[in-house]
Amino acid sequence: MSLNGWLQIALFIALILMLAKPMGSYMTRVFDLRDTGHRHTWLDPLLRPCERLLYRLTGVDPDEEMRWTQYVIAMLVFTAATLVLTYIIQRVQQWLPLNPQHLAAVAPDLAFNTAVSFSTNTNWQSYTPETTMSYLTQMLGLATHNFWSAAVGLAFAIAFIRGIARREMKTLGNFWVDLTRGTLWILLPISIVFALALTSQGVIQNFHPYTTATLVQPQTVTTTGADGKTTTSTVTTQTIAQGPVASQEAIKMLGTNGGGFFNANSAHPFENPTPLSNFLQMLSIFLIPAGLTVTLGQMVGSPRHGWAVLAAMTILWFVGVFTCYWAEAQPNPLLHNVDQHNSYSLQSGGNMEGKEVRFGIADSALFATVTTDASCGAVNAMHDSFTPLGGLVPLINIMLGEVIFGGVGAGLYGMLIFVILAVFIAGLMVGRTPEYLGKKIEAYDVQMAMLYLLIFPLIILGFAAVAVLMPHLGLGSLANHGPHGLSEILYAYASATGNNGSAFAGLNANTHWYNYSLGVAMFIGRFMMMIPMLAIAGNLAGKKIVPDTAGTFPVTTPLFAALLTSVIVIVGALTFFPALALGPILEHLLLHVGHTF
Amino acid sequence: MKKILLTATRYTLITAILLGIGYPLLITGLAHVLFPKQAAGELITRNGKVIGSQLIGQAFTRGNYFHSRPSAAGTGYDAGASSSSNLGPTSKDLISRTEASITAEQHGSTVPVPIDLVTASGSGLDPDISPAAAYYQIPSIARQRHLSEATLTQLVDQHTTQRQFGLLGEPRVNVLDLNLALDALTTR
Repeated sequence: MSLNGWLQIALFIALILMLAKPMGSYMTRVFDLRDTGHRHTWLDPLLRPCERLLYRLTGVDPDEEMRWTQYVIAMLVFTAATLVLTYIIQRVQQWLPLNPQHLAAVAPDLAFNTAVSFSTNTNWQSYTPETTMSYLTQMLGLATHNFWSAAVGLAFAIAFIRGIARREMKTLGNFWVDLTRGTLWILLPISIVFALALTSQGVIQNFHPYTTATLVQPQTVTTTGADGKTTTSTVTTQTIAQGPVASQEAIKMLGTNGGGFFNANSAHPFENPTPLSNFLQMLSIFLIPAGLTVTLGQMVGSPRHGWAVLAAMTILWFVGVFTCYWAEAQPNPLLHNVDQHNSYSLQSGGNMEGKEVRFGIADSALFATVTTDASCGAVNAMHDSFTPLGGLVPLINIMLGEVIFGGVGAGLYGMLIFVILAVFIAGLMVGRTPEYLGKKIEAYDVQMAMLYLLIFPLIILGFAAVAVLMPHLGLGSLANHGPHGLSEILYAYASATGNNGSAFAGLNANTHWYNYSLGVAMFIGRFMMMIPMLAIAGNLAGKKIVPDTAGTFPVTTPLFAALLTSVIVIVGALTFFPALALGPILEHLLLHVGHTF
Repeated sequence: MKKILLTATRYTLITAILLGIGYPLLITGLAHVLFPKQAAGELITRNGKVIGSQLIGQAFTRGNYFHSRPSAAGTGYDAGASSSSNLGPTSKDLISRTEASITAEQHGSTVPVPIDLVTASGSGLDPDISPAAAYYQIPSIARQRHLSEATLTQLVDQHTTQRQFGLLGEPRVNVLDLNLALDALTTR
């Protein structure tokens, strides 16, 4: 670890904490129109006419209020429509324009997996984009989902906040209005500015066919054919993939989607060319999730509650980044005759397999922590090649439910489930009916919260267990063996169920088994968790406010932040520790006694 | 239900055109006006031929060039199929591949090799090596090219990119740039 590395990490979190308030206040003004009257934003003169036009064309009545069930149904029907569109575009891309490489139709299982993956904000990619998806498919079939799925998450978080804030009401707002305002006021304008900032750093944006460059030094390539014969040939050219990358890159990060335009994702120099583009990408992952804690505080009328939630998130973030940075800065004890030391002006040293020189260890470890704290899943270094403990951090971050800042919207409502659980546990300790911001938390709320919390490990561990038991379908896809192989499978199902989308990418997931099972895991991990979550919101909205008493557990104090942090860690540890012990933890011990696989 | 279905379908199609066509076209237009070179991939041309991109690494394996890092993209630095090795730290394949690279870079010496020079990058297209990795290769290239080590040290220093704003990222040397300068030096 180095001082310079820590300075970058400190600057990162300082900027996030500084941006949380302006971002959060802006989002309150965008969404809070029903409860406190219409609030103005400076984009209104431009966007209000667009908004009204959109409602007219789609037949939306913006004044219609929805119950939680109506809100869920609207979301499900909308998601189904977008999913079908993406599936169709992939299947017919060979006949559509903007396909200069003449890429063929995407196979049905892969097209299903990808459509589910992008609809659920997961952006798991079983495919290599630059050899599979046409420019049009990337723009119209995939980047659109980066907006839609983020806006859906945002809408649900806002609906949940309304459920807490409202009293004796049956409705949570209008899904279409929340979806539209999130897209037009928040995601689109920031993406436009961000995409141009990325282009200035060298992120490409064009529709050119792939460039053929003549190599400076012709390359001698030895390949082994299927018959085992080796052939030597000389390669004199390099094919350089092009495309409309910057526009997709911006919303990929801001919407915590994470699906790369290229296979190497944000490690690819055309997606993430400089340390500044890298820094901006990390900031944009946390920007909206951090702001939402402030929005929460403002909309429920308790700004300090928002800050307490943000504090809990920041503590968990720090533990993750410290562990990951420390682990990745360690030399690999199995390599000899190499210089793995850190030097300020010469090299970052440490575990450089799968990492880019321009980012080094600090920026790679910070990126890995941030992308899995949130449900982003973009990567600028390959998690599969991390040290066992360095790779454990992203895995645990996902397994904790991606509530450490978390995905756009999804992070906040996931965190609020843990808040309800924390308040419930505090209530049990003092023997009172728990209250949360004046709302009594009763059996129904806790049942739904537990449903939310139990579906998640059930899907991850259930599918992973099945995959491990199938030598051909499950284990046949592994790139690494021994405990690292178990980590690859665990990571895949955690990433899919948690709608993260990053991978221990050695696992060949483009098989019928993995495409379909991961598709199902992503689907359940998104919708089977959103529904109980919104059921709680609907139930809370109908409750009376009971006045605070001396026995009320305050949710604005450091004690609350500490309790919340502990609940998250304990739930995660109790659920996943046995599996983790057999994966990364065992691998760590074996690495240090020199065992290889 | 029919009304929701109709709304959802219309909403999907209209916003798909706005976000999937309008937005990327807007960015493409603005990018071409504001940052034309970057938007096209910072291609390098010599005598009317494209010889690579400033941002994309190329394989340099011969003795008279500064070597780039090992690459797992296709057959090596395939910029149409970016990829990393995805080998874990306890992988036998990783250890044997790295050991082979170490032997190749050492040229019989026993000086430890900088780690980035013998490990594959995340993209397989890393355009850079660390300054340590560039300095490490100077003695053998000086012998091959009949140049003084001092000249090469100066060349490496000239082509070292420092941290952005003195803080972000790591210092690095663009291998393609460095080798083009090296060729220019010897033909002059």
